[in-house]
Amino acid sequence: MSNEAVLHAHSDVATHDAHGDHSHEHHHHETFITKYVFSQDHKMIAKQFLITGMVWAVLGGLMSVLFRLQLGYPDATFPWLESILGKWAKGGHITPEAYYALVTTHGTVLVFFVLTAGLSGTFANFLIPLQIGARDMASPFMNMLSYWFFFGASIVMLSSMFVETGPFSGGWTAYPPLSALGDASPGSKTGMDLWIVSMALFVVSSLLGGLNYIATVLNMRTKGMSMTRLPLTIWALFFTAVLGVLSFPVLLSGFILLIFDRNFGTSFYLSDIFINGVGALPNEGGSAILFQHLFWFLGHPEVYIILLPAMGMVSEILSVNSRKPIFGYMAMIGSLFAIAILAFLVWAHHMFVTGLNPFLGSVFVLLTLLIAVPSAIKVFNWLTTLWRGNIRFTPGMLFAIGFVSLFISGGLTGIWLGNSALDIHLHDTYFVIAHFHIVMGVASMFGMFAGIYHWFPKMYGRYMNNTLAYMHFWITIAGAYMIFWPMHYEGLAGMPRRYYDYSIWESFKQFQDLNRFISLVAMIVFAAQFLFLFNFFYSIFKGRKLTTLNPWEANTLEWTTPIHPGHGNWVGEIPEVHRWAYDYGKDGKEFIQQTTPVGPDESHH
Amino acid sequence: MTTTIPNKEPQKIHPHKFAMWVAMGSIVMMFAGMTSAYIVKKNQSSWLQFDLPLIFWYSTGVILASSLTMYLASKAMKAREMSRYRTLITITAGLGLAFLVMQYLGFKDLEARDIAMIGPKSNSAVSFLFVITVLHMLHVLGGVIALVTLFARAFRSSVKNYSAVPVEVVGTYWHFVDALWIYLFLFYNWIG
Ligand code: HEM
Ligand SMILES: [Cu+2]
Repeated sequence: MSNEAVLHAHSDVATHDAHGDHSHEHHHHETFITKYVFSQDHKMIAKQFLITGMVWAVLGGLMSVLFRLQLGYPDATFPWLESILGKWAKGGHITPEAYYALVTTHGTVLVFFVLTAGLSGTFANFLIPLQIGARDMASPFMNMLSYWFFFGASIVMLSSMFVETGPFSGGWTAYPPLSALGDASPGSKTGMDLWIVSMALFVVSSLLGGLNYIATVLNMRTKGMSMTRLPLTIWALFFTAVLGVLSFPVLLSGFILLIFDRNFGTSFYLSDIFINGVGALPNEGGSAILFQHLFWFLGHPEVYIILLPAMGMVSEILSVNSRKPIFGYMAMIGSLFAIAILAFLVWAHHMFVTGLNPFLGSVFVLLTLLIAVPSAIKVFNWLTTLWRGNIRFTPGMLFAIGFVSLFISGGLTGIWLGNSALDIHLHDTYFVIAHFHIVMGVASMFGMFAGIYHWFPKMYGRYMNNTLAYMHFWITIAGAYMIFWPMHYEGLAGMPRRYYDYSIWESFKQFQDLNRFISLVAMIVFAAQFLFLFNFFYSIFKGRKLTTLNPWEANTLEWTTPIHPGHGNWVGEIPEVHRWAYDYGKDGKEFIQQTTPVGPDESHH
Repeated sequence: MTTTIPNKEPQKIHPHKFAMWVAMGSIVMMFAGMTSAYIVKKNQSSWLQFDLPLIFWYSTGVILASSLTMYLASKAMKAREMSRYRTLITITAGLGLAFLVMQYLGFKDLEARDIAMIGPKSNSAVSFLFVITVLHMLHVLGGVIALVTLFARAFRSSVKNYSAVPVEVVGTYWHFVDALWIYLFLFYNWIG
């Protein structure tokens, strides 16, 4: 079956051969609407995901600055806050309700909208067809729908911030009863309704996207592109999609039951509840822990959905810029596979203190610690790829190296938390905050930045500015460690997460200065992101123009397309692939593109 | 590209068919989530024992029969017996609708026996049955809509379209929701 057949949505595919000649040019009638808005071109959809994700990153980042203001300066008042937030910052002081709303929305938005949609939405869309040699996705139409469901989710989430009672404020994990009872808190009313609607739309978007990515990788590779010749980016994006397609539906189940508890009086999650001012509720026999199981069955794979695309891109960028083949290609695939499997078997490590049977807990400890094995393999392979490389410190490369550093730091604290005995002390403290921000939040952001700096020339046909990029990198990596490293100490001292004001606690008063320091750095790092944003948008229009097809001298297929590829990617036939993606420095040659046939006297790799 | 070029490479599965298989995996996970939650909940306190509506036995028969007609429909399609094909998908869609009505009557039956499915008096045992069954009904409804679309296509004379792919995709889905119901039915009766 030809790619064209699907691209043009011919239903009569039987007359097409497997790899017919595609030499005719594509002349679509493109209007502004079909080109930039309801586009079915995977490259445009990728940019839509990217820019929507960036908008959310700015909003979510701003939220964190606001609540860090409260944590760093609990006694100060900021009159300007009242002028932007109104009643949510009466007297220039963020109210507790606003604080919880900000923390919750920050978490939800960053995890789902920025690091899931913004990251895999962007790079799966952009890279899969380009790197496997396809003209577009298996179903460009579904792909377009995937973006528009995400857009709908975004609008609904955004609107929840403007309702009278405020957005949902019970934490990004939406545990009942706060999420199930409108009377439980202001944010549990309309805000929570909108939160669920938004997340349901988001799940649909992820499923449509994931379905497409899987179908495309498995069915639409060009001639010669066997699975073991795929760049590691594609493998990572593929496993990401598999994780999403198998875990998001379970979250949806959890949400459906939640909706029934909220709106139809059922008692799946509710039992024996008394609300101040309302009285005792009739609900009986429900179990809030049930929701946690359903949530974390998605929740843990979700963190790998966020991480794997970053891992894939980092593998590719490290290899290209070290001018060396990736070390242990098959081990890299194997470890991705192992991580994907284990991701489904460890969810209860988020629930060690819920009264989980200690025997069951020890099984989950074992499975959790097993993840350290494939993780360590990956780290080892990245480091050996760098080892004695002829390293080019491009901005993309710096962020990729930064990713490896962060992944090591955050992975090590994961091993602490994975021990249920230690977790009894560390659960719900700042130690957990530090752990997951370093290993997931910042690391995946670094993967995303690496990807953007590296593939920007392919996206827009121009370069980004290096000086700004270097400043962006150094401020962000130094700042990230300064923000999150001290949080480990706070957590070890027992400082719980999600408190509004630590200065009133005798045990945590001592951290006042440290908290102020963290808040200050957070603001600086947030400000530094504008270096990136400016660089990005300025370079789209004014960046130095690309003059060669292959600016990084990379092997993969995307660099064989024209500088400004049209819908369909390649003008003539889709090139045939003759080798894997990592022939760097082979037989004295700098690099050999995948499209180069194997020479008669070439050595084996 | 107007002529049919014989395909020398082993035929890969059509991307739409493949996507349908992945989607089915996804739906399986959703129901697996539901039924595992059911089991977890069942092992806790206050679980109501009650008899399933009798009509679920008949609806099971109906959906099984609809799978048979669906199978015959796609066979007719491949044999280019278009009028037979149209009749058969109409019957399939009709059986699908009948199934939905019977499920609804099942809920009526529970109601008549004063077994609350939702609301403050409901027990999770019944709520689970209700939510899972409704969720399955929505999937059957999706299948009926797909069948109606196929039906409309078969009547549009301007398009001479003999591709078997859409029929096969819908057929696969139809057998899938059938199997899903069998699973749920067995689950309610002997596990749940
Ligand atoms: C060696 C690998 C890892 C181990 C053993 C591990 C273990 C854990 C454990 C036991 C917790 C629960 C702590 C608690 O709540 O008390 C946790 C929390 C978390 N981990 Fe990891 N982790 C690892 C790697 C990762 C990675 C790679 C990511 C993301 C890409 C990640 C993301 C998270 C998140 C988001 C949370 C907290 C969620 C929340 O409560 O809000 N972890 N980790
Ligand atoms: Cu986890």
